[in-house]
Amino acid sequence: MKRVRVNPITCEGHGLCAELLPERIQLDEWGFPIVDPEPVTGEAARHAARAVEACPTLALLLEADS
Amino acid sequence: MTAMRAMSASETAGPPGLPRLLAGVTSTEAPTTLDEHLAVYGQLPPAGAIDLPGLVEASGLRGLGGAGFPTATKLRAVASQRGRPVVVANATEGEPISGKDKVLVRYLPHLVLDGAVAAAQAVGARDAIVAVSRADREGLDALSSAIAERGGRLDKRVRLRAVAVPGGFVAGEETALIQFLNRGVAKPTFTPPLPFERGVGKAPTLVQNVETLAQLALIARFGSDWFRAVGTPDEPGSALVTISGSVAEPGVYEVALGTPLRELVAIAGGVTEHVRAFLVGGFFGSWLGEHEAADASLLEADLRPRGARLGARAIVVLPTSACGICETARAMRYLAGSSAGQCGPCVHGLDAIARSFERLAARQRLDERKQLARWIAQVQGRGACRHPDGAVGFANSALRVFAREAQLHVRGRCEGERRVLPVPALGVEATR
Repeated sequence: MKRVRVNPITCEGHGLCAELLPERIQLDEWGFPIVDPEPVTGEAARHAARAVEACPTLALLLEADS
Repeated sequence: MTAMRAMSASETAGPPGLPRLLAGVTSTEAPTTLDEHLAVYGQLPPAGAIDLPGLVEASGLRGLGGAGFPTATKLRAVASQRGRPVVVANATEGEPISGKDKVLVRYLPHLVLDGAVAAAQAVGARDAIVAVSRADREGLDALSSAIAERGGRLDKRVRLRAVAVPGGFVAGEETALIQFLNRGVAKPTFTPPLPFERGVGKAPTLVQNVETLAQLALIARFGSDWFRAVGTPDEPGSALVTISGSVAEPGVYEVALGTPLRELVAIAGGVTEHVRAFLVGGFFGSWLGEHEAADASLLEADLRPRGARLGARAIVVLPTSACGICETARAMRYLAGSSAGQCGPCVHGLDAIARSFERLAARQRLDERKQLARWIAQVQGRGACRHPDGAVGFANSALRVFAREAQLHVRGRCEGERRVLPVPALGVEATR
């Protein structure tokens, strides 16, 4: 199972992730992502991978359950 | 049965009742010397003579910096990592309403150092660092003198050192402390790795609060049955509690866990005014209304159902001459300003919450409580460290406990002007 997590220190609130992964990510009023920790599967997993690639500060992480 | 035997370290009887930790305080003018310390407590047993993690587990000791993590689990986790561990004794105590750790390092430096040495021996560390706030000159002096006084004789192969770290609320957070020791930057880091995996110089690092280590130094000597002779079966031992606000004799007291709050207040000389509420657990803690707290005891099991935690055991008694909303507004501004400034939700969220409380306190006749509740829920869990979580928990308790006062403020009224919470000024050091 994979889940999306954000590194809040490196995140600068560019907001691309919310456009690319609306299934799991919303932005707060300051533009910082609020991440739904539900696992991503299927299409959401593909969107998640794309969002991770697109993050300009490499703050978005796709993590496998340990 | 010889006198010699009776005096050997492992058979020294521990203090029979209370105080335990504070039994070693010989003077409020100067730290306890090594000779005085040994006369009260005897020596630590030799490293190989005891199973410290086993004793600590049997004693039920938990971390006393506020988080309450089981100490034995942490000892074992550090010991099981590859590489030679490092011990960090955390005496930074950035919590403005807590004074217990400062009391320990100022008056009982040898007990703290014994705890650091015993923990180091248990995990196989050669280095133990005591981290003290830069502002606590007395504590730093007491520790440095105590380390010199020991001259390495008592500590076998453990090197002790006291380090001054920046003040401020977040600098004492575990990962901030590690980053400061490694790179001179006292700000939290993203985890994992956690300090027990990779800490000082990338070595597995045991970070323990100094009261935890002082308790551990006594458990190493007197055992787990002795430790459990005080307190309750689920929450054994004694606790250093800092009580302030409207009590006659504010200060740090050692009491048994399970002591009724009412009794603690009596020990601190009783209340000096009618009580509006209690702040329990520090600025990361919760407000409890006077009636909610009336029959509470100093136990997590008793406080949790009331929506509070014992945390670092710091308590403020808020009198009716002070207003809960105004006091919360001041504390929230401090907490927002104490953010390390790294995470968006903490920087913007806490500032927005503090502003909203300030408007409420200023009686601007706007009802922003729904908005506030939404921000509070939104910020939770979104920082690299727990600073925003602690701050919004505190804010949330204020909205709950001071609902009536908030309503009055919306209508333009306030019931108390007195300032009771010791909110530090925000200096450059606290914000960055």
